[in-house]
Amino acid sequence: MFKILQKALTTGVVTAPYPRVPARLSESFRGKPEFDLARWKDARPAADVCPTEAITLVEGEAARRVTIDYGRCVFCGQCAEVSSDGAVRVTREFEMATRDRRDLIRTAEYALNPDGSHRALTSASTVDRARAAEASGRELREKIRSTLGRSLAIREVDAGSCNGCELEIIALNNPVHDIERFGIHFVASPRHADMLLVTGPVTRNMEMALRKTYQATPEPRVVVAVGTCGISGGIFGVNYATRGGVDQVIPVDVFIPGCPPRPEALLHGILLAVDRISSAR
Amino acid sequence: MMAVCQNLLDNFPGRMRLLESRSANEIYASLDTADLQEVTRSLLTQHGARLVTVFAEDRVNVEGAFYNYYVFERRGDPAYLILRAAIAPEQPRFPSLAVELPGVNWQEREIQDWFGLEAAGHPNPRRVALHDNWPDVHPLRKDFALHQVLPPFEGEQHEYRPTLGEGVFQVPVGPVHAGIIEPGHFNFAVAGEPILYLQLRMFYTHKGTEKLFEHLPIHRAVFLAESISGDSSFSHGTAFCQAIERAADIEVPFRARVMRTILLELERIYNHVADIGAIATDVGFVVANAHAGSLRESVVTLNEELTGSRLLRGCVCVGGVRRDWTRRQRETLETTLGLVEHGFGELVALVKSSDSTRDRLQRTGYLHPDKAKALGIVGVGGRASGVDLDARRDHPYAAYDCLDFRVPVYTDGDVLHRMQVRIDEVRESIGMIRAALAHLPDGPHRAPAQDIPAGRCALGVVEGWRGEIIHWVRTAPGNRLERCKIKDPSVNNWPALVEAVEDNIIADFPVINKSFNLSYSGTDR
Repeated sequence: MFKILQKALTTGVVTAPYPRVPARLSESFRGKPEFDLARWKDARPAADVCPTEAITLVEGEAARRVTIDYGRCVFCGQCAEVSSDGAVRVTREFEMATRDRRDLIRTAEYALNPDGSHRALTSASTVDRARAAEASGRELREKIRSTLGRSLAIREVDAGSCNGCELEIIALNNPVHDIERFGIHFVASPRHADMLLVTGPVTRNMEMALRKTYQATPEPRVVVAVGTCGISGGIFGVNYATRGGVDQVIPVDVFIPGCPPRPEALLHGILLAVDRISSAR
Repeated sequence: MMAVCQNLLDNFPGRMRLLESRSANEIYASLDTADLQEVTRSLLTQHGARLVTVFAEDRVNVEGAFYNYYVFERRGDPAYLILRAAIAPEQPRFPSLAVELPGVNWQEREIQDWFGLEAAGHPNPRRVALHDNWPDVHPLRKDFALHQVLPPFEGEQHEYRPTLGEGVFQVPVGPVHAGIIEPGHFNFAVAGEPILYLQLRMFYTHKGTEKLFEHLPIHRAVFLAESISGDSSFSHGTAFCQAIERAADIEVPFRARVMRTILLELERIYNHVADIGAIATDVGFVVANAHAGSLRESVVTLNEELTGSRLLRGCVCVGGVRRDWTRRQRETLETTLGLVEHGFGELVALVKSSDSTRDRLQRTGYLHPDKAKALGIVGVGGRASGVDLDARRDHPYAAYDCLDFRVPVYTDGDVLHRMQVRIDEVRESIGMIRAALAHLPDGPHRAPAQDIPAGRCALGVVEGWRGEIIHWVRTAPGNRLERCKIKDPSVNNWPALVEAVEDNIIADFPVINKSFNLSYSGTDR
């Protein structure tokens, strides 16, 4: 017993002060890839290397429509490596959680040169922050904040993930990330839960279990889709065994991108879901 | 292995045939399904071989037959013997080996489900991979479309072995569990507290992974390999890349092989550390878990420093690794390794200082070495029960042939010794990383990209932190794959859990389960 106390005292506090203080990220960390759409000379190499078709092209008459879906991105950074014009840059941004799936999608249209490279950017989507903020009505969110904001019970549901997201969710309970300091804790039953934290592309074999878990969770309840697979099915997409994302099966309130999302990204998304943090930091 | 194969060819004249082999470490031969049981018996008893894995392939459109493959290895021999049995589509059945080799029970039933080939004589031929509510489909047949939409899920209809008798009852658990773990169904038959038997139901996380491999170009498929089992991303990714490299005769630069070795060992360390903490938690020693959690955090932070990803993703590639390390990264590795070694020493001392912890772990979840051998258990669970297997030593890859290391083997077979194997292995891994880093050679970190020739078959083998990971590929034109078979060590080891929990109290199930810590996603794919 003495040894245990001694070890605890000599260790001290290891908890990271995120989100009060920005997360400490290593220099190599690969976060959100940023696209300088006006400078981008050719989207084809990036679309070709992207493992999950997060970058897709629709070719038209001397024109190209490019769609970038952060909900499919696994943050491998290859799009930046192959775009020789330097218009694609891997940043260390990770706070990408959002209430609206559409916020994760960017589109751009280009007029093309004869060799297929971009001649000019003709139009590009913009992020509608106002819409993002209003995505789920003010009143409801106020209710969620007042009911769930101070003490939140989470039931985690693995709906077919590779276990990567679970590892990072488990890390939320370690002393470094220590999610309990926010009054948030993980519970064993959906009947005790306010929030479902759902991972995986939702396999055919987990679809029924996910629906039942959702029905067993008392209202008001919040559903958070975690990770690329939870948002879009990720590399598995939709096939004979997968449904391609949590929102294909139950309504989702917040989406947290990442493959897997780092613990700080999870924390950011969970706090966003109960309105204790704003999406635009 | 060549001599063994020659002996078989002599004993089965005209009925076995040597096939083209591209590598000295993979000997392919064909045999008649009628001889399968006899040949297997001869390999296991006379030649001391072990059946590594069994899988099938649909070659009906090209060669007019399905093939079953039986992969064998023998202690002290780096070569694998791969026997191929052709199965005519008009007579879609093959003789089952499961009566004599219970380890192939699930693998043969998978072949039934995926390919519609009947394992004749199988003692329990029910579906395993496709749940009972699935229509009559065989997804790995070439005529089954990946994106086929199946009728909606109608609910579970699986019938479990009944539990009868006074005071005897069933405890169904899952697929959604109480903890933050993967989904699977455990059906316990208990008499009071002691467990009479456990029935498992897996494949809840089946994602069509093997089928999907046939539809992705190889450079994308590497990422799919990383998503087979999240805690073994680097091991599965490396096994896949090694299979492709062997198929295409790609020489991986020595520097890349050393870097891969270091990262493979880091994956082992972070998982073993977390498991030691989790085992402590499951017997109520949460302080130890807190220390393990913070130690694990420093290892995954180091992972991120070295590869950009806490779980070592997006780093391995065909031909080597994607990025070289800077001087700063190497220095961080060296410094962090020292801190981890120190922290780990303290963690082990803490865990071992608690008599009550030891009391709960000793003789709990006992797996007899004979059972372990008979069931074909591999990895940590095997080594704690006398199964002396380690692909790093037996089939060296990456830079393991240049490193000195000890493979810890115990015969005590309980939770305590499955933890002890992990403790020993972490210490060995730290030593290996240090030695590898000290001799990190100069040179390129990846081979130049090249096209992958079609029609080539090859194995990729990695001793992941759980045990033996096998990938087998057949390449297709256009840098694609015809087939990719994945065997995670968990496939071998689930029966060990069933065996180990018997007669233990149900309250000890979590710690026994954790002491194996098997991958559901790796099993279900």
